Amino acid sequence: MIEIRWHGRGGQGAVTSVELLALAAIEEGKYAQGFPAFGPERRGAPVMAYNRVSEKPIKIRSGIYKPDVVVVLDPSLVGLVNVTDGLKPDGLLIINTSKPAETLREQLKYKGKLATVDATHIAREELGVPIANTTMLGAVMKATKVLKLESLNEPLEERFGKIANKNKNALKRAYNDVKLAK
Amino acid sequence: MGKRIGMEVGIAAAEAVGLCNIDVAAVYPITPQSHIAEHLSDIVHDGRIDAEFITVESEHSSISACAGASATGARVYTATSSQGLMYMHEVLPIVSAMRLPVVMGNANRAIAGPLNIWNDHSDIMNQRDCGWIVMHAENGQEVIDMTIQSFKIAEHADVMLPTVVNMDGFQLTHMIEPLEFPTQAEVNKFLPDRVPYATLHPDKPVSMGCFNMPEIFTETMKVKDSVLINSKKTIIKIWNEWGKQFGRNYKPVETYKTKGAETLILTVGSMGETASVAVDELKKAGKSVGLVKLRLWRPFPLEELRAAIKGCKTLIVMDRSVTFGGIGGPVATEIKSLIFHDKDRPRIVNYLMGLGGRDVTVEDFITMVERAAKKKDETYEFYGVRE
Amino acid sequence: MKQKKWPEAWQEVTPGCMVFEPGSASLYKTGSWRAQRPIWDNKKCIKCGICYIFCPEACVSEKEEGFFAANLDYCKGCGICAHECWPQAIVMMEEEV
Repeated sequence: MIEIRWHGRGGQGAVTSVELLALAAIEEGKYAQGFPAFGPERRGAPVMAYNRVSEKPIKIRSGIYKPDVVVVLDPSLVGLVNVTDGLKPDGLLIINTSKPAETLREQLKYKGKLATVDATHIAREELGVPIANTTMLGAVMKATKVLKLESLNEPLEERFGKIANKNKNALKRAYNDVKLAK
Repeated sequence: MGKRIGMEVGIAAAEAVGLCNIDVAAVYPITPQSHIAEHLSDIVHDGRIDAEFITVESEHSSISACAGASATGARVYTATSSQGLMYMHEVLPIVSAMRLPVVMGNANRAIAGPLNIWNDHSDIMNQRDCGWIVMHAENGQEVIDMTIQSFKIAEHADVMLPTVVNMDGFQLTHMIEPLEFPTQAEVNKFLPDRVPYATLHPDKPVSMGCFNMPEIFTETMKVKDSVLINSKKTIIKIWNEWGKQFGRNYKPVETYKTKGAETLILTVGSMGETASVAVDELKKAGKSVGLVKLRLWRPFPLEELRAAIKGCKTLIVMDRSVTFGGIGGPVATEIKSLIFHDKDRPRIVNYLMGLGGRDVTVEDFITMVERAAKKKDETYEFYGVRE
Repeated sequence: MKQKKWPEAWQEVTPGCMVFEPGSASLYKTGSWRAQRPIWDNKKCIKCGICYIFCPEACVSEKEEGFFAANLDYCKGCGICAHECWPQAIVMMEEEV
């Protein structure tokens, strides 16, 4: 089982991301959970959302405290919340950022696996808005290999209808652009 | 069986209602609620089902509108949560006394005060003596199944009682997980049209909700108690029918690895799944532990519970609400009174836990089991309280 | 079928205490509540029917020649008819007298 924690800001679509990832996993025949950090919805506030994906039925219904993967949707959260909290020693941190990986390592005092992509830039170009949630899904697919990229097609079409293609393009670019830092 | 799909459980509850050929839904979708009412209104608005969706001005009104609609012979649904259920409280015993089948989905959330919108069972436990059939779902699939089953149970000629399907707020209602829906044809086969005992119709006059003088009130209360107790037979019968048709079996009390177990954990609702993982881990470590899950809270399944806990030395009862100024949580209190006369009754350890959204992890269950072994008395404990 | 006033045993209570005999409330004679009774002076009565309209017990009805009277099996003696009667054709009289 792989456990993922997403950091975003209210309204940036972290919950949409976990929903799309869970739906895609279920589409593949896997077992999955997607859920928000429970509570009131507050636009702009730092929020978290979670995924569990497994080959076997998932019985655990508590929160995720030791994630395998942490995804940071908004670069401004890095200095604001402890994004590496509880991340497993061999876990993976994926950050949407325009900064070099070394700068982030220093800022976070983090030595573990790190992947970066400038998803906001991609989202601006492909979608016309700086909302990086679907874009970051591409980076997550590449960096974690948890699912096939194609499995996201149907959930994306269902969710976004006419603008599904734009989202797919953004997602593919992030898939290709994401870099695993040394 | 329909396709396996991923969906949020609250939305799935509404979709399940959409398969049940309802006539009327009356809801007041203020927070704290779930997506059930919102999505059901979409289903009605989009013309996917031919039903009347009544938006009322409060939960007191929504349950009253449901009662009125049910009295005309309609198939009726409502959904609520927490404070909404509390506001319905006054009307709940009237609906059951009038023998009006209504199915309700309740997203279990803590009641104020202090204000807290997160999950626990204090909303439904406060409705314990309202004469409703009360059942708890453990996962999303059970929410779908029990919602459909509930219409058949509530409307059955031997029952005619309102029924509430509880699903843990957030823990279940906001969870996206894999689910299977029966097809419309399968539901039609399982769920017959409602045949009301009587309807409000000018051609055949009937008075409902009659006043009771002291000369008859005691007899009426005896009926109310007996009907609810007797409904268990029908509930089990209908669950068996469901099992036969869909291959998923439902019992008033579920057991998991209880055979020969010295210590049993007893849970209600979605925490049963997390507890089952703890049981697996404890068993791996050589501990003699099993799990009992209470699905049916009212009518209280006396015989089934007795059989499930027979032979265990310690019973750890997990209560997700508090009976303030009492002797522990409501579930433990009832179980204590159930086995009071039994010769070889187990020692009961009662934890009040998971209150107002306090998370309960696998490790928490393991800690509670380990701590229970060291406890000498049968007092209750607020698990995890900071001291 | 004539219903009993009370079910003798709890098993006889109908589901939801439903009552299927229409108008069975008429078995309950509320006239026993009355301390005063309304008396009509038909010389003053203009047959407007306001007493009939206002009677909360619906026990006032129209008699021969269009005059009104109360059914004393049900009249509770509330006096609303007398209060509302603007030609003052109704007076309330003590029952004892």
